[in-house]
Amino acid sequence: MITIIDYGMGNTGSIVNMLKKIGVKARITSDIEEIATAQKIILPGVGHFDRAMERIDKSGLKEILDHKALTEKVPVLGICLGMQLLTMSSEEGECNGLGWIPAKTIRFRFSKESNLKIPHMGWNLVHQSTPSSLTKDFEPEHRFYFVHSYHVQVEDEKYSILKTEHGYLFDSAIQNDNIFGVQFHPEKSHRFGMRLLENFAKL
Amino acid sequence: MLSKRIIPCLDVRAGLLTKGIKFKGNVDIGDPVEAAREYYEQGADEIVFYDITASSDKRDIMIDVVRRVAETIFIPFSVGGGIRNVEDMRRVILAGAEKISVNSAAVDEPQIIAQGAKAFGSQCVVLGMDVKKVEVSGKIPSGYEIVIHGGRKFTGIDALWWAKEAQNLGAGEICLNSIDADGTQEGYELNLTALISKNVRIPVIASGGAGKPEHLAQVLTTGNADAALIASMVHYRTYTIAEIKQYLDNKQIKTRMLW
Repeated sequence: MITIIDYGMGNTGSIVNMLKKIGVKARITSDIEEIATAQKIILPGVGHFDRAMERIDKSGLKEILDHKALTEKVPVLGICLGMQLLTMSSEEGECNGLGWIPAKTIRFRFSKESNLKIPHMGWNLVHQSTPSSLTKDFEPEHRFYFVHSYHVQVEDEKYSILKTEHGYLFDSAIQNDNIFGVQFHPEKSHRFGMRLLENFAKL
Repeated sequence: MLSKRIIPCLDVRAGLLTKGIKFKGNVDIGDPVEAAREYYEQGADEIVFYDITASSDKRDIMIDVVRRVAETIFIPFSVGGGIRNVEDMRRVILAGAEKISVNSAAVDEPQIIAQGAKAFGSQCVVLGMDVKKVEVSGKIPSGYEIVIHGGRKFTGIDALWWAKEAQNLGAGEICLNSIDADGTQEGYELNLTALISKNVRIPVIASGGAGKPEHLAQVLTTGNADAALIASMVHYRTYTIAEIKQYLDNKQIKTRMLW
């Protein structure tokens, strides 16, 4: 059973749909007592970094999430904005992140002459930087659906498990022990997304 | 590097496809969910649904379609047509769509773009633009004018100005439809596509005029488009999405070849 945290930011239904497709039980909740019993957590999210952190703080979710991730060490997967929340800070806003992974979230920086588009939107390849149980059995052409304007930069390469190129290489998946984050949307990435969620479900 | 996206567009009226779509064994498919599944399995990178239901009391049927599509396919999809306000957007997103496209409503009330971006993030808000070539004038310096209501009403708005304005308001993507090229199957409007795409930072989907794989190659290179919308050429089974992608791959245009 995977517990998907609902804090009002994002399309939790899509994640449930894919988990159902691969035969993994899931529940969506914002209830602190339910979260307390979680064995595995997905932190989804689209939208603004500060709005998300404010909601997590105000709803009293921060304390229980800290406890689950850092003390109980249950596997946690942050998706898209949910990944960025795992870092210390974001250039999108002023709030502190959850700070579970030594990394920061920054804006894409391109030269003036560059014709690269922002948001980074569409299907892109991932390259393994550090082997991880989350990215087991990936193929060379593993491609995921991305949509984001900010990206994560780890403080130490050991926290980077996948990299993707958009103008330059950025960290498209990160890990610190039991805590994982992916910038792309596995729930919208067809078969490759299913594989990643299967890997997470098996942890 | 990002792949170029190939996006089939499905027109839906009161929950049914408006044109029968012929698939394997020439089966005529009237169910948009089944058609979406076929294209998903063929390698579509995204799917666009356009709701052309005229009466508002039948709009709820579309929400049900969106919900069933979200349970069936695991690639992004967007929904346009009849979206008038943030509440309409919310219902479509909660039913499972990634993106909502606004067209006439944004011309009538541009703040709908900003409100949508604030509520759901820019990545959810696509500006649909229907554009017609006109004479260059002081009012329309680009020579391309925005038309609404299915191409019937000229607005006096310059297409290039509107694209930039929508970007500033918070649109995350533009779906650019040439009324002149639409339905001709003779190729996309390359000048228009390049003009808009080079002058905005957000991705541009080219729409209108696709008849052959060569047309996609042109618009994704010369036209500078990030994605290409297709309809008849796949609906009538003239080509499969895999054939189109193979053609583009031979031309060194990178798309998602494995899924």
